[in-house]
Amino acid sequence: MEIKKTALAGTLESSDIQITLSPATSGGIQIDLDSAVASQYGDQIKDVITTTLQGFQIENALVKAVDKGALDCVIKARTVAVAQRALEQTEPAWEVL
Amino acid sequence: MSKNNVGVDIPDSILNQYDYKPYAGTKLGNPVSQRVAPTVRAQFGENKVVDSIADVVKAEVKDGMTISFHHHLREGDQVFNEVMQVIIDQGIKDLTLAPSSLTNVMNDMVVKAIKAGTITHITSSGMRGSLGDAVSHGALKTPVIFRSHGGRARAIETGKIKIDVAFLGVPNADEEGNANGMTGDAVFGSLGYALMDAKYANKVVLLTDNIVAYPNTPASINQTQVDYVVKVDQVGDPDKIGSGATRFTKDPKELKIAEEVNEVITHSPYFKNGFSFQTGSGGAALAVTRYLRQSMLDKGIKASFALGGITKPTTDLLAEGLVNKVMDVQDFDKGAADSMHTNPAQQEIDASWYADPYNKGAMVDKLDVVILSALQIDTDFNVNVLTGSDGVIRGAVGGHQDAATAKLTIISAPLVRGRLATIVPKMTSITTPGESIDVVATEIGIAINPKRQDLIDALSHIPGVPVYTIQELAAKAEAIVGKPKEIEYTDRPVALVEYRDGSLIDVINQVKD
Repeated sequence: MEIKKTALAGTLESSDIQITLSPATSGGIQIDLDSAVASQYGDQIKDVITTTLQGFQIENALVKAVDKGALDCVIKARTVAVAQRALEQTEPAWEVL
Repeated sequence: MSKNNVGVDIPDSILNQYDYKPYAGTKLGNPVSQRVAPTVRAQFGENKVVDSIADVVKAEVKDGMTISFHHHLREGDQVFNEVMQVIIDQGIKDLTLAPSSLTNVMNDMVVKAIKAGTITHITSSGMRGSLGDAVSHGALKTPVIFRSHGGRARAIETGKIKIDVAFLGVPNADEEGNANGMTGDAVFGSLGYALMDAKYANKVVLLTDNIVAYPNTPASINQTQVDYVVKVDQVGDPDKIGSGATRFTKDPKELKIAEEVNEVITHSPYFKNGFSFQTGSGGAALAVTRYLRQSMLDKGIKASFALGGITKPTTDLLAEGLVNKVMDVQDFDKGAADSMHTNPAQQEIDASWYADPYNKGAMVDKLDVVILSALQIDTDFNVNVLTGSDGVIRGAVGGHQDAATAKLTIISAPLVRGRLATIVPKMTSITTPGESIDVVATEIGIAINPKRQDLIDALSHIPGVPVYTIQELAAKAEAIVGKPKEIEYTDRPVALVEYRDGSLIDVINQVKD
């Protein structure tokens, strides 16, 4: 799926993650992660974001993620929100949830 | 390799090179040691007062010496940076820095002094921020030695730490060096940690912004110990000396833990007239003091003494008559410092009296109940208060190892902090052995050390306080945050963690990244 516009979801509060999703034409899903727990959970955070975006059939995207210690469920929820905003979808994508 | 009593493999090269025995247990027997004494240059009423730090440094500090400071001024300290800058400017090299601890306000200056070659060795209670980060990434050639407050007192008395020059900031002093921590702009209360330096350093330099009439009483540090009194503009920022420690938490998680800790105390066999306790300065610990007050009023129970780092909620109990004596090695806020000045039942004690395992009896030996915090706790009840989950140094031993020898040692800690589990199968380093930890209290329930069957019997049926095994708590934490990737280290040691008796409990290696 084509990303229509740059979108943002989430906050910089503790235990949240702020994700910015921008269009890209190639290069797959490229994640720039900023997290205090990157050395322990960086791979897993990137994995959750990538898998969730793939659920939306997004193949190429630039992702900026500023993590404040979010759990996987929060990361997934914020990724779903930012994907729907970037794709300008208003109905819940049930098959992704 | 030698495996110590908490299962840490310690390379023989480290044991040999730095002359250590592996940690063998919390029971120390009755060790016999030889005290050392400082070199004294007699004076007969000559003027000790000088205006220039540079003159004192020039006269007294030489390459390769050991210098010390205290941390009673905490984040308001203005002495350390001023003195260190002068020492760097004079091009002095290869010093050992041996303060009672290092606070955040000192971090950047220590890093600067390391880069300049001024400081090449450090022993401290702890370090944080940019300094912890630099050391964990290999800034020093020789490993830092971390000692508890009691361990530092022991090391000073036995000559393991031989202080050449101590620079001690005080809020008042007379022209001969009689001083206390109780009056003046930079008042901080007890001088407990600095008293060791005043007694054992070869040269004692007081720095004060407040020279008072001779003779100054009560004198915690007295003129028989002091070589110089340096007049400075300001020793500390009063607003930052006791930064916000007495804030009463509204965090529901901390309140829940505090309530549980109080239940554990009041259901234990130690909660009776004449019991003694120590609480820290964390949010949950302060809340415990409030709950404990109510329980003491309800049951008509009074405590014989409160020990350690003192806060206003504790001195309030003293004023109210619920605690007979406060034995005070340091004050965390102005309220506690003021109380030391006005209430004779609040006794200033030095670090040796407080917690030294090599004297003729420390106060921690008489302690019934202590509440301590933790960065991590492992499934053997060992506690880490020194390194973060990423392996980087960001804490201090403080009195943790010393006070943990109490009859009932409770660790209050949340199950998880953000995405980090507090209770883990394997920690990044061990500070305090599980043998001395009795109960871990989290927001979902408690775990009791299986070695304490008496406590399992006493605490297993408290309404609203579920009991889990420590393994169950670790599993619950991991279910929330997921399994972390293991931290990678190089094989180069950056810090050695002593147990309070001077044996080696852990080695912290440089992090890889």
